[in-house]
Amino acid sequence: MLALKLAYRNLAGAGLRTWLNVIVLSFSFVFIIWFKGFLEGWNREARRDMIQWEIGGGQFWHEAYDPYDPFTLQDAHGMIPPVFQNEIDQGRLTPMLLAQGTFYPQGRMHSVMLRGIDPDQSILDIPSRLFHEAGESIPVIIGTRMASNHSLDRGDNVTVRWRDVKGAFDAAEAVIVDIFKSNVPGVDAGQMWIPLNRLQTMTGMEGEATLLVIRQNTKIESSHPEWMLKDHRFLLAEIDQIIKTKSMGSSIFYIMLLSLALLAIFDTQVLSIFRRQREIGTDMALGMTRGQVVRLFTVEGTMHAFLAAGLAALYGIPFLYFQAKRGFPMPEGVDDYGLAIAEKIYPVYSAGLVAGTTILVLVAATVVSYLPATKIARMKPTESIKGKIQ
Amino acid sequence: MQNNTIVQLDGVVKRFPVGRGQFTALKDINLKFKAGEFSGLVGPSGSGKTTLLNIIGSLDGPSEGHARVLDRAVENLSHREAAELRNYHIGFIFQTYNLLPVYTVFENVEFPLLLQKMEKSKREKAVMDALEWLGLTDKVNSRPAQLSGGECQRVAIARAMVKRPEILLADEPTANLDSANSHHILKAMVRLNRDLKTTFIFATHDAKVIKYLRRKIVLEDGSVTKDEKKEPRSKS
Repeated sequence: MLALKLAYRNLAGAGLRTWLNVIVLSFSFVFIIWFKGFLEGWNREARRDMIQWEIGGGQFWHEAYDPYDPFTLQDAHGMIPPVFQNEIDQGRLTPMLLAQGTFYPQGRMHSVMLRGIDPDQSILDIPSRLFHEAGESIPVIIGTRMASNHSLDRGDNVTVRWRDVKGAFDAAEAVIVDIFKSNVPGVDAGQMWIPLNRLQTMTGMEGEATLLVIRQNTKIESSHPEWMLKDHRFLLAEIDQIIKTKSMGSSIFYIMLLSLALLAIFDTQVLSIFRRQREIGTDMALGMTRGQVVRLFTVEGTMHAFLAAGLAALYGIPFLYFQAKRGFPMPEGVDDYGLAIAEKIYPVYSAGLVAGTTILVLVAATVVSYLPATKIARMKPTESIKGKIQ
Repeated sequence: MQNNTIVQLDGVVKRFPVGRGQFTALKDINLKFKAGEFSGLVGPSGSGKTTLLNIIGSLDGPSEGHARVLDRAVENLSHREAAELRNYHIGFIFQTYNLLPVYTVFENVEFPLLLQKMEKSKREKAVMDALEWLGLTDKVNSRPAQLSGGECQRVAIARAMVKRPEILLADEPTANLDSANSHHILKAMVRLNRDLKTTFIFATHDAKVIKYLRRKIVLEDGSVTKDEKKEPRSKS
């Protein structure tokens, strides 16, 4: 209690010096929580968007399908097993056929992944219903990245070439019926979406698919030995790994931020050793024990952190709430990074994040206050009273 | 200890390391101070006055010999015991006042009583009494930076006296004061010595202080060269 009372008096009496420290530390509190919340929001949006646009609630892959091996793709297709037909009819599964192709915008040749999807599907956010608006040409939907990279616009015609199931090349005119905006590069860059039955006809793979996408929160009881179930854990492993890597990177940033904040306290405490030597010597001459001096200085440092937490709450809660509601706009061009990045990131603050950060800063503040305080306690009072540097 | 002796120094030697050698600041000091004395260690700078005062105040221990203060052997005291001795029984007055700059006058004077964990009502009364003795009741909420040198030293005396110590050690208390303030301070100390029977031990070379002393112990190069008692000059 005595240490608390004296520490409070010292901090209150120090006035501006105290408030400068408290303000700096409170910035750190708010920024650390905002930054972690921002990354968490980003991660959650990235996972959610991938689920909504690309992987659904899981997938059945044809046994030969390996997305990392383009040479096997021409064999990675098979008849959709009858055991899944009922699930497809009920809209719990949607088949997708993949085929490699080439297209020729403005006379240049580019590789493309042709993705056949059911125009009536509602499992993924791909706006496949717009296929119905097309005429004779092959209706194609592409993403904004693809459109931007190849200077394509809605209504443009483009020649598409592909190989059918027997290896014969064929080509036809396609028309861009829609350009969609998605945060997920995997459904956009280098991808062309075509009605499933049209692609099946083009490639001579009637009734065949490469993979089957499961509706979210749906459990499919049926199975087939040639079709492998891939769950979220498998399909999101890549993005989870990116998030993990990003978390490690952000942890370094987090530690740097925290270190800067704690340096302010440490600096104050170390400076106190020199600047307040005479005061400490006087305290000891008046009867303060070494333990009391250590406690006083430790509590002073910790109290900085408590005051900073209070101040941070005062302006930080409205600020963090505002950010969570309105989101943080990402700069132009970040969606070309190859990661799922939304135009706006909505930070997510969990109770654990707020409590964890608060406790961490408080504990760290206590430690960095304690260390110089132990040095203070080793001072000889006879020298301290004179204000001699020891 | 006997005959009201509250400080007894027997063969006290104090050495400080200087480079690879040692400097002897006090050489074979043998002194006794009785309760209620108004005495002073007098001598030029470097004669060992402050060192001896620090040993009596249990801020430092002797290198050799024995120093007994209020029946406690200073050389055997732990840090905690020495702190307790200072907190309850010994008051300090410093040349540079050593007031805590962020505290008000009231808080400065209250500080030793907070360390004693005295209850609030008693504490407040003791502080106000001390401030009244020193004529500082109108400065209760002032901070040291707002006070004159004389006022600061009076606050320091109030802080030293508020716990009613048996011994009050004053190291060059008038060195930073003008003549009028010095006399004012010294009169206050004489009054406290008379009213509360507090033992005063000064370290000084200020002639103004020496005039008030009833016992003058002269130190030269760490040794006592003269120890004389005299009646104080009447100033009242």
